[in-house]
Amino acid sequence: MSVFPTATDHPAARALAGRHRLRLWEPLPWLLALAFYVAFPTYLGFGTDLLVTILFAISLDLVLGYAGIVTLGHAAFFGAGAYTVGMLAFHGIWAEPITSLIAAAAVAALVGLLSGLVLLRTTGLTLLMLTLCTMALLEEAANLAHDWTGGFDGLPSIAIPPLFGLFEFNPLYPNTQYLYALGVLFICFVFVRVLVYSPFGQSLTGIRENTLRMHAVGAPVRMRLIVCYTISAAIAGIAGGLWAQANAYVNLSTLGLDRAATVLIILVLGGYGRLYGAFVGAVAYMVLSHLLAKIYPTAWQLGLGLLLVIIALFARGGILGVGETLLRWFGRRRPSP
Amino acid sequence: MVKRILAISTAFVLSTCLAQAQEVKVGIVLPYTGIGAEFGQQVDRGMETYLKLNADKVKPYKITLVKRDAKNPGGADAKIATQELLTQDKVDVLGGWVYSPNAIASAPIVAAGKKLAVIMNAGTAHITKMAPNFVRTSFSMWHAAFALGEASAKQLNAKTAAVGYTDFPPGKDSLNAFKRGFEAHGGKVIDEIPMGGAAAVPDMTPFFQRVKDKKPDVLFVFVPAGDHAVAVVRTYAALGMRQAGIKLIGPGDITQDIKLQSMGDAAVGLITMHHYNADLENAENKRFVGAWKTAYGPDTTPDFTAVGGYDGMAAIVHAAHATKGTMDPDKALASLLGWKFNSPRGPISIDPETRDIVMNEYLVEVVKGKDGRLHQKLLGKIDAVKDACKALKVGPCA
Repeated sequence: MSVFPTATDHPAARALAGRHRLRLWEPLPWLLALAFYVAFPTYLGFGTDLLVTILFAISLDLVLGYAGIVTLGHAAFFGAGAYTVGMLAFHGIWAEPITSLIAAAAVAALVGLLSGLVLLRTTGLTLLMLTLCTMALLEEAANLAHDWTGGFDGLPSIAIPPLFGLFEFNPLYPNTQYLYALGVLFICFVFVRVLVYSPFGQSLTGIRENTLRMHAVGAPVRMRLIVCYTISAAIAGIAGGLWAQANAYVNLSTLGLDRAATVLIILVLGGYGRLYGAFVGAVAYMVLSHLLAKIYPTAWQLGLGLLLVIIALFARGGILGVGETLLRWFGRRRPSP
Repeated sequence: MVKRILAISTAFVLSTCLAQAQEVKVGIVLPYTGIGAEFGQQVDRGMETYLKLNADKVKPYKITLVKRDAKNPGGADAKIATQELLTQDKVDVLGGWVYSPNAIASAPIVAAGKKLAVIMNAGTAHITKMAPNFVRTSFSMWHAAFALGEASAKQLNAKTAAVGYTDFPPGKDSLNAFKRGFEAHGGKVIDEIPMGGAAAVPDMTPFFQRVKDKKPDVLFVFVPAGDHAVAVVRTYAALGMRQAGIKLIGPGDITQDIKLQSMGDAAVGLITMHHYNADLENAENKRFVGAWKTAYGPDTTPDFTAVGGYDGMAAIVHAAHATKGTMDPDKALASLLGWKFNSPRGPISIDPETRDIVMNEYLVEVVKGKDGRLHQKLLGKIDAVKDACKALKVGPCA
């Protein structure tokens, strides 16, 4: 102990410095995902879709939750990735799964960079509308380029060669697809986790909280936002590419407002800017809608709608926000040592 | 005592085996929610009406429907539903599919699952080629439009035609089919006008004015049923095109029975070609429409999507009888090749080569009845129409 108390001794400072450390419960989602694989072998098609949605929601969390970029057009990058994988495979150019995903990430990143250079000059409602427009333009372009994209009917029955030349993508029993998606999700998640706790990630949070002050301290705000937007686009592109490979199929729905809005709802439901909100939100939203739709094929949206209304009214921070409030509440009640 | 217990248990085991053999599980994938819910409901009611009306013919088999929501035209949800029906519910046969993209996305799973799969609506022509166990009891976009091309030249004595279509796959399919049918019988298409997308109703005036200036004998229009079709007939009337001698024609999608009354008097005189309308005069259809109105209310009506579900269920029941309830995939499929059925839309059969439907096409005109409602009056019919896209080997149908 030095004579002069340093800033790192303060409990708040220690908490800040230790934020990035691995918590005890953090392996839990991955263990659950593996348990799901063993316990529900007939639900793996749904499980794969769930993993892809989680990845897509994580990419949105990066821009929305961390950098505070409000977007309604994130499906543009999902679709760019999906169509990259789909068109490369369908036209017999390149189909190897992992390198195709890298191509998907590259194309989506390029779309993100080019659109970001223009769009990120604006904020708020203008930005929201412009992201929506970008997505609508891409969707219409995919509709018009019928010879390349298959138009409204999409590209059917894309042949994906076995993973590492060993593991077949069986359409009826998608075991390979599930584990493959889980692996890709894990790698992308580790990357995003490192990123948000890095100085770069901290500066994004700073921009979200107070843009003016970040300008004042000399941070290159616009550049940071563009880089973040591009990285997020690349991850969304990977999610789209995974979707195309798992479904062996691409169509206009990958670029639709439906997908962009759903992922936004999922993230808000789980709690944005929390890294794990994407997991909680996607699981809650998709498991509920899947099971309800199975039991009540005509009225399942009622149950889902009620949940969303309750979350919007009483839990602004999403499901994780409720959890945090409860933890704090119990923490206060606990007698201090 | 032991003997008796044995006998009882044997009888019990036998009876449960028999009971199992008699149940046929049918997995249904339809959009029960979202923008396609109206179609989903029509197909669903069509299936239920068949089972109710023909309870005697279904016996001794018990048809259990396992219904799943296809949710949207995105493909992924329908695909997951199809996969789970096959692997979790272990259904004997699949049916449904309203949106073509959903049937296209599900095709690899249908093929891998090997079970008989009956398409009850999806109309993109080449879908039946995507899995060897697909059978279609609905229609292909080519059925009506190609037949109307032929009828325009022969029965309406048209020499020239203009085509206005909504710019999405069914619209383009209809354009190509009409053009092939019309030009093969001596007509000439002098103008092709894309009229916006399916999502929003455009102002039809500039398109129709362009047609009016070119003075074709007929104007062939393909637009989605509902608001698009209403805009078409209103603009047609407002520009005085009937007085200018231009007949408005189209496939029956634009006079879908459930939308017809809301189109109003402007629709009177509209000439369409289709395989079904609720006014068709035959005993089967009277029975079908009667049962429908009893079950779902006097103001409701079945339309061409409902009859796809009705006939699809008839096909499944036929396959159940032919396989003695086992629904062995190969035998069930074989039993439907060349299958003939007396449907509310008239006699139909399944083409053994393409597994697609063969049916009559009816040329009808919208008239105002004495009851003040709009009806469809029969002008003529073409018997046993096959899917021309596959007959002519056009594009992916080849």
